[in-house]
Amino acid sequence: MRPVFDPFVLPFVLGMTFVLLYCFIGMIRIIWQLPKEDRRKFGRSLITPKTAWKNIKDLFGDCLFHVKIWKRKPLLGYMHSSIAFGWFMIIVVGHIEAFALSPFKGIELPFLQKMMSNLYMTIFFRYFSLEELTLKAQILSFLMDFFLLMIISGIIIAVVKKKKPRQVGLKRVTKFGIKEDLVRIALWTIFPLRFLAESSMAGFAGGSFLTKYIGFELLFGGNYNESLSLIFWWLYSIDLAIFMFVLPFTRYMHIPAEALLILLRNAGLKTTEPRKGYALAEIYSCPSCGLCIDVCPMSENKDNYKKTAVYFMRNVRKKKRREVKKMTEICLMCGKCVEVCPLGIESINIKMAQRSKIYYKLKSDFSYLEGRQTTGDGQKARAKVVYFAGCMSHLTPKITRSMVKIFEEAKENYEFMDINGSICCGRPMMLTGKANEAKALIEKNTELIMNSGAKRLVLSCPICYKVFKEEYDLGGVEILHHTQYINELIEDERISIDRSDKRYVYHDPCELGRAFGVYDEPRNIIDNIGLLTQGKSDRDMAVCCGGSIGSLTMTLEERDEITSNSIRDLMHNNPEEIVTACPLCQKTFARKSPIKVKDIAEIVVENLE
Amino acid sequence: MIDFGFSISKSSHIQMDDVDLKSFNKLEALNPDIKTCMSCGLCTATCTAGNFTDVSFRQIILMLQRGKEKEALQKVKKCMMCGKCMLVCSRGINTRNILLSITRIYNEE
Amino acid sequence: MKEHNVLVIGGGPAGIETAYQLKNLGFRPTIIERNDYLGGHLAQWDRLFPASKPADEVLEKMIDQIHDIDVKLNTKISNIVKENNIFHVTLTNNKILDFDAIVVCTGFDLFKTEKKQEYGYGIYNNVITNADLEKYFKTGKDERIKDPKRIGFVHCVGSRDVKVNNTYCSKVCCATALKQACEIKEEFPEADVYCFYMDLRMFGKGYEDLYLKAQKDFDIKCVRGRVCEVSENIEGKLVIKAEDTLLGTPMKMTLDLLVLMSGMEKAEGVEKIQNMLNLKSNSDGFIESRDTFVGMSLTNEKGVFVAGACTSPKTLPDTIAEARAAAVEVFNYINN
Repeated sequence: MRPVFDPFVLPFVLGMTFVLLYCFIGMIRIIWQLPKEDRRKFGRSLITPKTAWKNIKDLFGDCLFHVKIWKRKPLLGYMHSSIAFGWFMIIVVGHIEAFALSPFKGIELPFLQKMMSNLYMTIFFRYFSLEELTLKAQILSFLMDFFLLMIISGIIIAVVKKKKPRQVGLKRVTKFGIKEDLVRIALWTIFPLRFLAESSMAGFAGGSFLTKYIGFELLFGGNYNESLSLIFWWLYSIDLAIFMFVLPFTRYMHIPAEALLILLRNAGLKTTEPRKGYALAEIYSCPSCGLCIDVCPMSENKDNYKKTAVYFMRNVRKKKRREVKKMTEICLMCGKCVEVCPLGIESINIKMAQRSKIYYKLKSDFSYLEGRQTTGDGQKARAKVVYFAGCMSHLTPKITRSMVKIFEEAKENYEFMDINGSICCGRPMMLTGKANEAKALIEKNTELIMNSGAKRLVLSCPICYKVFKEEYDLGGVEILHHTQYINELIEDERISIDRSDKRYVYHDPCELGRAFGVYDEPRNIIDNIGLLTQGKSDRDMAVCCGGSIGSLTMTLEERDEITSNSIRDLMHNNPEEIVTACPLCQKTFARKSPIKVKDIAEIVVENLE
Repeated sequence: MIDFGFSISKSSHIQMDDVDLKSFNKLEALNPDIKTCMSCGLCTATCTAGNFTDVSFRQIILMLQRGKEKEALQKVKKCMMCGKCMLVCSRGINTRNILLSITRIYNEE
Repeated sequence: MKEHNVLVIGGGPAGIETAYQLKNLGFRPTIIERNDYLGGHLAQWDRLFPASKPADEVLEKMIDQIHDIDVKLNTKISNIVKENNIFHVTLTNNKILDFDAIVVCTGFDLFKTEKKQEYGYGIYNNVITNADLEKYFKTGKDERIKDPKRIGFVHCVGSRDVKVNNTYCSKVCCATALKQACEIKEEFPEADVYCFYMDLRMFGKGYEDLYLKAQKDFDIKCVRGRVCEVSENIEGKLVIKAEDTLLGTPMKMTLDLLVLMSGMEKAEGVEKIQNMLNLKSNSDGFIESRDTFVGMSLTNEKGVFVAGACTSPKTLPDTIAEARAAAVEVFNYINN
């Protein structure tokens, strides 16, 4: 009979208690910080069967299997899920083992010690259990060894990733400080130490192929040394304790935080405050994996790659105000980091919330817009479609003229709303953090459109499209980007097009593609016109053109670098022309492109039958 | 000394000696590209808000440099932040961020 | 004395003058020209500023001077190998010729104005370029020019503009614009003619007189402000937007004809020659001279010289002076 307690369990017990308390208090704090309405929504979501089911699915899929990483980088996916799922299974099987073989059966323990033993029993099971060579014990032993091997294989990949990131398909990995290094080493050594501790006694206390045959027989030469064994158990416990004590202050906080984030997200919550509630859950959930570094358009610049989302999140967490400000204001808001984030952290929303906190002493004054009204023949005729080209499109007359030609070709009953100048859609203003002041512009445009009696609104600029979709209440007026509208005209055979064998490549504007998933309509149009080639990265991985008004502070030189990189990407399959669907992208690319850059409306008109 | 009447009526000159450029220098330090303006007028001509009212980026900068803060700020307030001026600027000046900096630095009395 | 062969790349004014002076100095020059005519841009031009001297007159005289020089038209260079200070040059007709020195006189290209989409060249019917207008003066034919009542000239198109990657001044457009403004006013005396400029750079002999003449005799109106956008109204007339920067007010104006003063850019294909000869580019994209003051005709490669607008935008007198300087530098090089 082995003892029911040994002092080596204490470090672990303390660490575990600490981490549980810390996470519990943190969770309460985050939920407390949520706006009242959000809190209610969250509570309701937990008891709604549909979201509850989704919660379970996502907790398994994201926290344990890391499905999203698998999709991007299978090797990294395996690394994460082998460690997370393996660990989880060791806990589960460990509990089953402890329950099934119950080594403390029949032993009466004081209440406190009984509670404590519940914590350490499964973790140090091998030390306390007695060998019973039943089939049940063998199967459980085998499973435990299997999952231990799985974790160790994941850790080996993690070590490779750290030393040689290119081997696992990463160009740059996040750089860390001492605390992070400590916790990482603690994590990496937990399972090798467990392996050693278990192996040291596997000769007579359980064990299967790994701990018994490889560990005990080969490594320890089949000899059991009590004091050596105890040293390993101590080391294993201390190592666990170090990990638990440091965890809340490092990136490994993402392990518990991610679970909460999934629940909050499934409840339909969004970031409202830059450092509270939902945002805080996101901040703690960021594992600093650095997948967002390589995809960020800024990462090609050796000074700017440290302004990518992972560094932003870390600086927000550390409350480094100056750095946070810089990173908040330089970001292009292209959203690629969000797209690639395995945890679905919407760092651009945190940046938007940050921007809303910028203190502007001077307030906007749009009273000069007051007298403007919708009048004239157009109103009487009740145009079915109102076309709003947007500010930028006035610098690309090819787009507006092409649209007019298309409307005429389709015999559309339309009005060109801003032919003589426009009121800005409000999105640029919102991007500066002045959401309230943008309302004046939004209201005026809403009024002008509603009074026109239009049924549909066609836009040429994705920047406008985003704000019209998200912030405007136009009643039943359907909002379309011209790619969607033209695609519909082609499908309904209201315009017909001649095919050629010209090779095109399509650039997805950020605010059309990633923001709304309008990927297929433009491609469908180009398929009708010529040959669509692929850029190196497209759709949700398309690289921002560099012209985005999302960035407030980026200089022209920095933008140029991004533009050139994006063009290089598009030139991957030697297209003859670059096609896009945004006046800003068009103008930005045209500056640097070796081939012609056109709007999709232009190539439609060029190929009208 | 005899006054021939010229010191009684206020001169219509900008008195550069009296202009306080502290705020402008701060603005310029934050946005050094401000110095590269060649007053071509593209920003003013293209301005979306300028279609309705008297916003003019070029003038705003000059006015601030000449101490006409009040008039300049009245114009800044009307900007819609659309970024068109930034897109056209022949010198690649980040006009939009300069306007934002102005709204952060300058106070309306 | 051994006769030395010198290759002159380009048969524009710089190339012609260089070859002529090389011959005078006792060398045997060969001109290689990719087009089927000599004279480059000068051959396309009708009259020259400041005094509207016919371009043909100048060019004919220049070509006359080189009637006994070897000129290879419709020819390009496909390869150059330098060995013991001798350049072995392979032409597109596969002939290989040897030269002791090379003078690069590849000139310039006019900025492609369609790149500035907001000006509407190739989009609106009544937008033309300075080159189009010269052609019209020469031939009297251009369907876009139909008795215009109001005409605008836009200076600095493709010059002094980081948004088209050309930050330099093209030097000749101000004088060309005023010359053309006067000439079109002569053609259509009833028309109002406006020039939209940023700075009027009338620096040369007789340029300021041209400015004065344009104001006094031709009533050309100069507006200080860059045109930002051109659109078309319902009647199909052009509407331009600019700021009158001296008044500080944005302005709109309808026009019947808009002339874009396209600036100078590095010539297409020069990069190939630069690669063959290891010639560096300067920050404006043109070929780099060894020194702006005393080495204008020299390059970073020994035995390779430059003249004319291949190093930066130049006026015709500048170009001719440089061509002569380059010939002297070749003389110094070969005789040392």
